[in-house]
Amino acid sequence: MRTLRWEAVLLALCVAVLAYGAATTDGFTEQGNLAFLLLDYSEVALLALALLPIVLTGEIDLSVASTLGFCSALTGTLWEAGLPFETIVPLVLLAGAALGAVNAVLVVYFGLPSLAVTIGTLGLYRGLAYVLLGDRAVTGFPANYRPLATDSIGFLPYATVLVLVVGIGVALLVHVTPVGRSLYAIGLNTQTARFSGIRVDRVKLALFVLSGALAALASLLYTLRYNSARADNANGMELVAVAAVLLGGVSIFGGRGTVLGVATALLAMAGLRNVLFLDDVSNEIQNVITGLLLIVSVLVPVLFKPRRTKDAPLDKSTSDTGGDPGGGRARGLRGDHEGVGRGGG
Amino acid sequence: MTATRPLLELRDVHKSFDAVRALRGVSLELLAGEVHALAGENGAGKSTVVRIIGGEHRPDAGELLLDGEPTRLRGPREAQRHGIAVIHQEPSQFPDLTVAENVFMGRQPLRAGRRIDRAAMRARTAELFDSLGVPIDPDRVTRGLSIADQQIIEIAKALAAEARIIVMDEPTAALSTVEAERLFRVARRLADGGAALLFISHRLEELAALCQRVTVLRDGALVTTAMMADIDRETLVRSMVGRDVELLFPGREHEPGEDALVVEGLTRSGVFHDVSFTVRCGEVVGLAGLVGSGRSEVARAVFGVDERDAGTVTVAGRPLRTGDPRAAIAAGLAMVPEDRREQGLVLDLSIERNATLARLRAVSRLGVVRRARERAVAGEWAGRLGLRFRRLGDPVATLSGGNQQKVVLGKWLATEPAVLIVDEPTRGIDVGAKVEVHALLADLAARGIAVLMISSELSEVLGMADRVLVMHEGRLTAELDRAEATEEAVMHAATGGGP
Repeated sequence: MRTLRWEAVLLALCVAVLAYGAATTDGFTEQGNLAFLLLDYSEVALLALALLPIVLTGEIDLSVASTLGFCSALTGTLWEAGLPFETIVPLVLLAGAALGAVNAVLVVYFGLPSLAVTIGTLGLYRGLAYVLLGDRAVTGFPANYRPLATDSIGFLPYATVLVLVVGIGVALLVHVTPVGRSLYAIGLNTQTARFSGIRVDRVKLALFVLSGALAALASLLYTLRYNSARADNANGMELVAVAAVLLGGVSIFGGRGTVLGVATALLAMAGLRNVLFLDDVSNEIQNVITGLLLIVSVLVPVLFKPRRTKDAPLDKSTSDTGGDPGGGRARGLRGDHEGVGRGGG
Repeated sequence: MTATRPLLELRDVHKSFDAVRALRGVSLELLAGEVHALAGENGAGKSTVVRIIGGEHRPDAGELLLDGEPTRLRGPREAQRHGIAVIHQEPSQFPDLTVAENVFMGRQPLRAGRRIDRAAMRARTAELFDSLGVPIDPDRVTRGLSIADQQIIEIAKALAAEARIIVMDEPTAALSTVEAERLFRVARRLADGGAALLFISHRLEELAALCQRVTVLRDGALVTTAMMADIDRETLVRSMVGRDVELLFPGREHEPGEDALVVEGLTRSGVFHDVSFTVRCGEVVGLAGLVGSGRSEVARAVFGVDERDAGTVTVAGRPLRTGDPRAAIAAGLAMVPEDRREQGLVLDLSIERNATLARLRAVSRLGVVRRARERAVAGEWAGRLGLRFRRLGDPVATLSGGNQQKVVLGKWLATEPAVLIVDEPTRGIDVGAKVEVHALLADLAARGIAVLMISSELSEVLGMADRVLVMHEGRLTAELDRAEATEEAVMHAATGGGP
């Protein structure tokens, strides 16, 4: 219920942004601009969709944009080497999955914190991209593929159709399947998940590999859309994706969040960016506004939610096992980030 | 020393949380030199009383008197300054600091230049343990100490702060009988020294053994205060539950069938060694031993949550791989773990989602979880176990301890196991719920399920089990059948006396 209310807030934000754009900004409602608005965020959307299931389990993957960069550089290298584009596509997808698998092995089998691991690979994969291409750009990708990244079918860009398909796939995975159920259980209580026969390691492994593959998919889109393979493609995009995930109501501590929330957040952010762009607001100010929006979005629910006072029992069970202080405190914290994360299973 | 004046008194205390009236006119006197028992089922208001005395809550109405003076405690620190100490079930210490540092945390003795006087701290700590009659090295770090030792440290902490009013909130829930006895000796010493103690426990025999006076709460109201000597067990139980509780343990006939769980040479190095046993269909086997003897660890390795280094586990004729709980579940093994909040349940998820967590595939078709099926399964088990709840969609965190345990049991029974391992199935749940859990386990055995029960409560093991396995320091030291399994025999084996 809480989740639905948050998604309603996001939806209202979307409508407000679009209405503001339509009312004040020339050219906002033109079809070309709307298609651009959607296209502009398609890679971010893919990365956010890759991140969502990982964040639900309480982990994170900050290397997504670097994986995109590496895969873009790899695409350029292979294209220069004369491989047909039809061969490059599966190779690049495999490469992305492999990079995800490296993250997974470090996180799952060595038990390292994913934050540290993926900050490391964020640098590593971007560095490898530069090893491949230096600061050159490879262009001249085949004209028969490029329209797939730029053109529309009716009013929807092909890329948006791709994002929708992936989005529906992730939504089914997360909200409908037994695996999806386990994601929430893992994020909320890994021990109980293990005791329930959920193969926590295997699930996480699969999610990181999926994340790498989706980043590779985003890299193909990016490369074709700009007709340019560069090592610095999508530099820093991981932060935009994380912002969309958090704005979408996903708890950074795991266990709470929905695809609908993330999708609405993406739309709101894309709309806002587009409006600011058309209004000639500089990139720096755009960042300031997006950053403030994110902070306000996590702050508002905390400020307006009727907080349980310290006096009130968290639940009846607190009184059962005799108020063990550690447990109480742990749950107090959970209560807190419930406010921040806003989700609700 | 005989009891004299009340050090602390609650007079007609009321306390509500939102719509819940936690306390309705509770009065209580804690006398110097006396151990006072606070009894009642879960949700009766015991913990609220503890929190009011400890300064965490303030009464809505009524008053708290210290040495006859009405006092308003504005917080836990103020309660401490008045000489009140609360010892919790699971003490929280700084694991990387030494025992002495923990004891004097926040009130370290200083020498010139505001430097901590370590020598004095060590000496004072040694003195305190001496006075308690417990040998703990003040210089070791607290990490790795048993819960029992940690509680002694909490008591030393209380003494270092010169506490006169000491509340022990279910201190024995995680202790073995031997450890509990040591705690009682310490408690008696404190009372003899003139302190007033308030003691909470679900184990009635402990109350009878330790306490002079008992106050019973039910649904937040005071039922009675009586001298322990004047009240018998039945009367006590009746006043707690509000009805007659016939038998604490269901009597039953059993005819064990085929071997359901066969464990051979199970070893996890440094934890337990060469453990072999069999549980047959329709049998309840108790696994006893002191805390730290390796009981729960054996259960975890059998279930596959922990890897084993050697040995085999066979469930209903199927050998299990190491470290694979899912395969164990598929083979018909179920495990109600020791810690229901951290291992048994996802507290923030709803009753129905918890109920199906161990068998998600069974409520799914074509990779889709069918919510109607899920709800039906949860509803069915809620009904069969007599779960008290408002909606199946409510988080399990909103349930009482006994009802949470029923959700865990239901979650596992829904997997239709051949073998059920229960680790401390009645820890921290009230008498009424205990009786229900015992009846349920007996009923399951009667239906042919093999039950392996781990419990720190000796009376529970003796009352329930057809056979008792006893562990000591990671080894199985005795296997006793019902006739042989007396309290003495089990304790003898549990303390390393050999068979």
